Amino acid sequence: MLNYIRSTQAWNSIFRHGIPRDRRTRVMAVMSNLFLHLHPVAVRKSGIRLSFTWCMGGLTFFLFLAETISGVLLMFYYRPVPEYAYADIIGLRAHVTLGLLREIHRWGAHAMIIAIWLHMMRVFLTGSYKPPREFNWGVGVILLVLTMLMSFTGYLLPWDQLAVWAITVGSNMGKATPFMGMAGPFTDMLLLPGGVPLVTVKSDAAYLLLAGTSVGENALMRFYVLHCIALPLVLAVLIAIHFWRIRKDGGISGPM
Amino acid sequence: MIHSVLTLGSGSKPMFTNPAIESFKSFVNQISVPEFSLPIFSVLFILMMVYYRKWTRPVVSLAILVVFCVFYFGSMLIDHNYLLIIQKPDNVPITIMLLSMMLCLWMAFRNAAINDACLEVGQPLPDADREDKVLVWPDLVYTEMICMILVSVILVVWSVMLRAPLESPANPAGPPNPSKAPWYFLGLQEMLVYFDPWIAGVILPGLIVTGLIVMPFIDTNPKGNGYYTVKQRPFAISVWMFGFLILWVVLIVFGTFLRGPNWNFFGPYEYWDSHLQVPLTNINLSDYFWIFGLGKALPTNPFMREFLGIIFMAFWILVLPVILAKTVMRRLFENMGSMRFYIMAFHLVILAILPVKMVLRWVFTLKYFVYLPEYNLNI
Repeated sequence: MLNYIRSTQAWNSIFRHGIPRDRRTRVMAVMSNLFLHLHPVAVRKSGIRLSFTWCMGGLTFFLFLAETISGVLLMFYYRPVPEYAYADIIGLRAHVTLGLLREIHRWGAHAMIIAIWLHMMRVFLTGSYKPPREFNWGVGVILLVLTMLMSFTGYLLPWDQLAVWAITVGSNMGKATPFMGMAGPFTDMLLLPGGVPLVTVKSDAAYLLLAGTSVGENALMRFYVLHCIALPLVLAVLIAIHFWRIRKDGGISGPM
Repeated sequence: MIHSVLTLGSGSKPMFTNPAIESFKSFVNQISVPEFSLPIFSVLFILMMVYYRKWTRPVVSLAILVVFCVFYFGSMLIDHNYLLIIQKPDNVPITIMLLSMMLCLWMAFRNAAINDACLEVGQPLPDADREDKVLVWPDLVYTEMICMILVSVILVVWSVMLRAPLESPANPAGPPNPSKAPWYFLGLQEMLVYFDPWIAGVILPGLIVTGLIVMPFIDTNPKGNGYYTVKQRPFAISVWMFGFLILWVVLIVFGTFLRGPNWNFFGPYEYWDSHLQVPLTNINLSDYFWIFGLGKALPTNPFMREFLGIIFMAFWILVLPVILAKTVMRRLFENMGSMRFYIMAFHLVILAILPVKMVLRWVFTLKYFVYLPEYNLNI
């Protein structure tokens, strides 16, 4: 039966090589698959030892995929307006079959932050940021910041006390930006002709983030779009660059 | 009377209680305030960096892990307040982070100890064979798949056992006390105790990011590329790991576990009393100089008033790197060149200003080096 399926035209149109049993077909298996061809066909044995890599970079990416899938499913149920947001979260728990989506999304996000920190620590401790990987380390730092921003913007969406006041604490920092925040150093010194303040409570850095002077419905919409569309798109592009440059900068790290 | 109120406030009784445990708890509460515990953690960090060949031996590190777990999880049995903190759903990631970080630290320093022993006697590293290659299919692909399955299982079990936190609906008029940022930013919120928001929330995180990005360009040490080592890059590893472990991770633990209502500090076994009033006794450098030192009133000109703090900051940021380049870091300066060195030194002195200010706060109750509310510029 299996042999029959493997001999069909349909099977052979999908998998253009035999079962990966010998060296040639194993190489083919990696090269002829879009997802697997992120890898080279062969890697150094020491480079993939678990006590060396800890798998943390790969796990960060895997958690990113898990977050994307659970996040898309959550978007079917969730409406980013104050009237419905909290009720939708309750509903996700009470009415949706197996109501685990939000739990997986939430804990996955925390796990992703832990994984990306540990990945950074591993890359630092093995000195893998050193030439020729300087640029890719920089891309990784931006990915780290974006991951934390993803988590931060998502924190607001349940629209409970925890969410609103955590974002209030965070966005209050924006008010203290030098030159650009209402309460920041030197901001009062920026004047338009006639002594009109250049930066007001309606034009400072915190207002840019919240689209309001406090965390309200505009902030919810803004964080929703950032969380679901804008940041993931940037993240996806940078992840692609990050992976591409691993290959181009000498492959996974090991003693030079 | 007071005692009965406290017992009411802290809810049900812990499982074990006796005078010896109570005195242990109050001892831990007393030494856990930052002015004691941060120096203790720093000393532990130095011991970790110096004796990494000793503590990474499997038996020793296993013993350390067991002791840690006994205290960390065993405390849930002896104190209800601690139990509440550890059980809070949003704090569970921190426990997971601490355990996984300890495992990773052990693997890293164990590998470093093995590699450094080889390097010392001039042997090649255990991993040095470049030609020792394996095919991605099956070796790497299967490892990845097993990791993915394991993490999926952990994630699903975690999600089944623990509901994602959800509090009462948003109420713009009623902030909870304490209001906390998400846990991964709590290191920054903890820094707010020592610095104003424009430094703790804008300048310091900004410099963390720029510091990380420029790191490959200012670290000119060619050794230690692609393998664990401590001996070949002691300066880079101790500075970076101090910043990450002490000034980031430990401050996160403080911010989540030990900061209660009004951001007051509470020991791990203390009840979060929201009526606790802590007197604000912090004093500015200018007050110290003019009022206590010279016995005069503060000058009206703000720059005259704050001249000492301004000179100190100018010295710290502009002069100290030059002194470092000429004295203790001369070899580093010659190896790196002036451009790289001063970028590194700038980030280093800013990193150092945080512990310096902490110590000055604890010892002299210093509030601000420079207090210029006229420009919202307090340092």
